Amino acid sequence: MDSGLAKVILEFSYLIAALSFIFGLKMMSHPRTARRGNAVAAAGMGVAILATILYLVMEDLMPMTNLGLIIAGLGIGSVAGTWAARKVPMTAMPQMVSLFNGMGGACVALISLVEVYHFHPETWDLYAYLEYGSILLGTLIGSISFSGSIIAWGKLEGKISDKWARIKGINIMNALLLLVTLGYGLYIWINGDLEFFKVLIFFGLAILYGITFVLPIGGADMPVVISLLNSFTGTAAAFAGFAYDNMAMIIGGILVGSAGTLLTILMTRAMNRSLMNVLLGAIVGGGSATDEEGEKTIKEVTPQDAAIMLAYANKVIFVPGYGLAVAQAQHALHELEKLLEERGVDVKYAIHPVAGRMPGHMNVLLAEADVPYDKLLELEQANQEFPTTDVVVIIGANDVVNPAAEQDPSSPIYGMPILQAYKAKNVIVIKRSLRPGYAGIDNPLFYMDNTRMLFADAKKAIEEIIKAIQEL
Amino acid sequence: MNVWIEFFLSNLDMIYIVILALFLGVEVISAVPTILHTPLMSGANAIHGVVIIGGIIALALAPENNFLLLTFGFLAVVLGTLNVVGGFVVTDRMLEMFKEKKKQ
Repeated sequence: MDSGLAKVILEFSYLIAALSFIFGLKMMSHPRTARRGNAVAAAGMGVAILATILYLVMEDLMPMTNLGLIIAGLGIGSVAGTWAARKVPMTAMPQMVSLFNGMGGACVALISLVEVYHFHPETWDLYAYLEYGSILLGTLIGSISFSGSIIAWGKLEGKISDKWARIKGINIMNALLLLVTLGYGLYIWINGDLEFFKVLIFFGLAILYGITFVLPIGGADMPVVISLLNSFTGTAAAFAGFAYDNMAMIIGGILVGSAGTLLTILMTRAMNRSLMNVLLGAIVGGGSATDEEGEKTIKEVTPQDAAIMLAYANKVIFVPGYGLAVAQAQHALHELEKLLEERGVDVKYAIHPVAGRMPGHMNVLLAEADVPYDKLLELEQANQEFPTTDVVVIIGANDVVNPAAEQDPSSPIYGMPILQAYKAKNVIVIKRSLRPGYAGIDNPLFYMDNTRMLFADAKKAIEEIIKAIQEL
Repeated sequence: MNVWIEFFLSNLDMIYIVILALFLGVEVISAVPTILHTPLMSGANAIHGVVIIGGIIALALAPENNFLLLTFGFLAVVLGTLNVVGGFVVTDRMLEMFKEKKKQ
């Protein structure tokens, strides 16, 4: 084994990179350390890249033209990547991630194809077959991830419609295409066939499957698909790592492959779905999509997630209603307010004139809990503040925040002035169940994109949020 | 059969590494709150950009007169860099909302 200085520097840098990926991921799964975790992983990546170039230069392994091309490629990628990542609006983040994931998948497919070119085993022993298998798997998974991610991006951008899901038998056609692709790959693998154009056909089949695999999946499920393709690219990177015998690629790839798979499962669980249900939705969801009012889905939130949203907000408004009075949650709510203020969050209360069962009901309750009077906002003041509020927490109120009063002339409460909580960036509704309020009217606010439901008794829910914030 | 036994014994280190890394990946993010799902996915996305190293090696070893390999290698470097740099920058932007606030 080569034990020169360059090799030592290289392998030691890869060790540092692998550790930085592990710690980076760990830190990224906690809100307080997430941003630093991202920086740690990025620094490790920089070390690995520099060490690789340094090694190639020190060992005199490449012509100057190639070094020039590498530096040019890194430069172009860095400038374009930074520009795209900076420019994209917050709402378009998922498709941007999908696009970057596709780039990674294409990169794996390309370097696997290059490796086919370099790969000339003297005898076809077990090692040769395993290495060729790694090359083919890297090509396959990388290609699927590439084309699938581009389709996912197009769906989220609204450039590709969901009508593909309605083609009869598309899932069966996909299964057949996958079988053909795998069968063909197996054939050239077993025969040890290294002819370049035959591998290119395999690459083409994989690209095609990536497209047809994502096409029939509904646009709303794209975040899950992106997460799945993300773990695919990780797995492909690990296979390429075996082919290149490169420890940083092996560890980084396996970590992302397994963490990405778990993350995908967690995401489907948060949607109350199974992964199969998402991927084969074209068949499974066929019957339920006929709801004439269109799809109405609510999203739930745990007290722990609510705690994080509140603790890292700049401005929070509480909207208390009759449910607060029933649960006698005013003292707990004041506790939460003080806790958030200590963390630098601006907290206010919005009081609707008819919140509760009598005018002033809420003012009395909150005064009893020693909430300072200047924290209470009246209807007009509150409605001016909502658009700049990060999180609105609605505690046992319903009709007084129902947008139907403004938007639906057929609603019995049409014309009633409401607290426009729906204008806030995020809304958390604490409520015991989905039952309509006092007026018996359904509330469209509960089904909005930026609304999260926390089904629980108001007092219990607030106490759990307080506990979760203290543990942050 | 002997081939497999020989393979197993001479690659024990790698077998252990693969299995432990698989479990580590699961373990390291098992307690992630829902609100961090998207940034974490994005961060993991940037990490698999480590294939850029493969791209650099592929381009470095491409013979000067082989236009196909030079093109593939160059594309791989550009795409891999996009994955890494774009991935980390976009993740950082998502995580800006979690920055520490100054206490009064």
